[in-house]
Amino acid sequence: MLIGTNPFFRWSYVTSQWGQIQGDLVQHIELAVIAVAIGTLISIPLAVLAWRYRVVRSPVFGLASALYIIPSLALFAILGPITGFVPPASYTTAEIALVGYTLLILIWNTVAGLEAVPADAREAATAMGYSRTSALLRVDLPLALPYIFAGLRVAMATTIGLVTVTALIGLGGLGQQITYGFNIAYNTPIIVGLVLSVALAAVADLLLVGAQRLLVPWSRTGQRAGAVG
Amino acid sequence: MSFLSHVFEWFTTSSNWTGSQGIPELFWRQLTLSVAVVLTAVALGGSLGVVLGHTGRGGLVAVNAANAFRAVPTLALLTLLAIQPAISLKWGGFLAAWLALTALAIPPILTNTYVGMREVDADVRDAAKAMGLTGGQVLRTVEAPLALPFVMAGVRTASIEVVATSTLAAYVSYTDLGTYVITGLNTNDSVVAFSGALLVAAMAGLVALTLGLVTRRLTPVPLRRQTRSRLLGARNSLRRPAAGI
Repeated sequence: MLIGTNPFFRWSYVTSQWGQIQGDLVQHIELAVIAVAIGTLISIPLAVLAWRYRVVRSPVFGLASALYIIPSLALFAILGPITGFVPPASYTTAEIALVGYTLLILIWNTVAGLEAVPADAREAATAMGYSRTSALLRVDLPLALPYIFAGLRVAMATTIGLVTVTALIGLGGLGQQITYGFNIAYNTPIIVGLVLSVALAAVADLLLVGAQRLLVPWSRTGQRAGAVG
Repeated sequence: MSFLSHVFEWFTTSSNWTGSQGIPELFWRQLTLSVAVVLTAVALGGSLGVVLGHTGRGGLVAVNAANAFRAVPTLALLTLLAIQPAISLKWGGFLAAWLALTALAIPPILTNTYVGMREVDADVRDAAKAMGLTGGQVLRTVEAPLALPFVMAGVRTASIEVVATSTLAAYVSYTDLGTYVITGLNTNDSVVAFSGALLVAAMAGLVALTLGLVTRRLTPVPLRRQTRSRLLGARNSLRRPAAGI
């Protein structure tokens, strides 16, 4: 049915395969959101440590940069022997790799945000009797939020793109549409995968901008994010 | 332990070092592909960035468009090009990989070049003009050297991405170090996949190191210390997707 003619795009493919496409989309969102969530949970404490203690800074950044440089596909191959190449074990493989890529971006932005906290604000907190921890939680981190959000936006966009590559270890989300289209030399599934992952990145970015507006009402989203990000 | 000894064995097997599927040949193929891609991207993205940055017009549109483009998964571009009969087998699969990866490499180079040009202190530019330098002279003797650390940061980011992603080219058409990884993954041979991955990571590291040294050599001496911190910040800002993507 499919082989032989290969139009640029055939709408009937989308309607007939909608169930499958939906499943891939959901898997894509799961893989990306879990990776960014875990990445954030790891990055913020590490960034606070790196910001407070100079000694911690170079090893933290060194490790995150090293992880960032290793090609994603290579990282799957390196982790595979330990965590597994075939689903469901490859979920762990994929998530570890995806989390690894978010670390550098998130740690970098969080440290930059903490460093940008005005000394006045910190002094005022000290003068009001805040302990170091409560100053961190109630002054430093909230003021660093615009930077943290900028990092989250980059991390989310990068991760959504990278998820497609996990198709090569049997996952992939929308990447499965791409490899399927490639295997049968048919354009439509590839374009479906491409367009939907771009759309997903766009929606995720809008949601993050919205969340930032809610959480950081005092900063005009666009301007601050532009400064770092 | 036995896994690592298998990997060691793979690396010390002489047949893995010769022939068309040998390490040196595949390393060379990946390196030539990556260099060709980065040079093309520098020629296209860099020159566009210079023009936009010098004139200061249309830049934001281009930068936002470039950033939007980064959301396109490279795997999709690679496979889409590789199944077009007009492209698929050209130059042994090189053409499809070259085009797809160039599209990936242009955005970071374009944005960094543009930002680097705009970051040039307006006073410095005005001073150069006041001294009677023509537009071309300002560009060559003032803007270019001052923007260079930014441009090189973009080239470095792009190069690492390209080396890493050219591994995927092995999946669609072009034989390189990625072939070990893909073959290993397909045949469940984790030793080969792991060894290939080590080679790719080594190449990415080498490229990052080499470009770091080149950047240092090209950067005007007085700028070497002060740009470092600014640059790191800038590098990250350029990974920022444009608002609304």
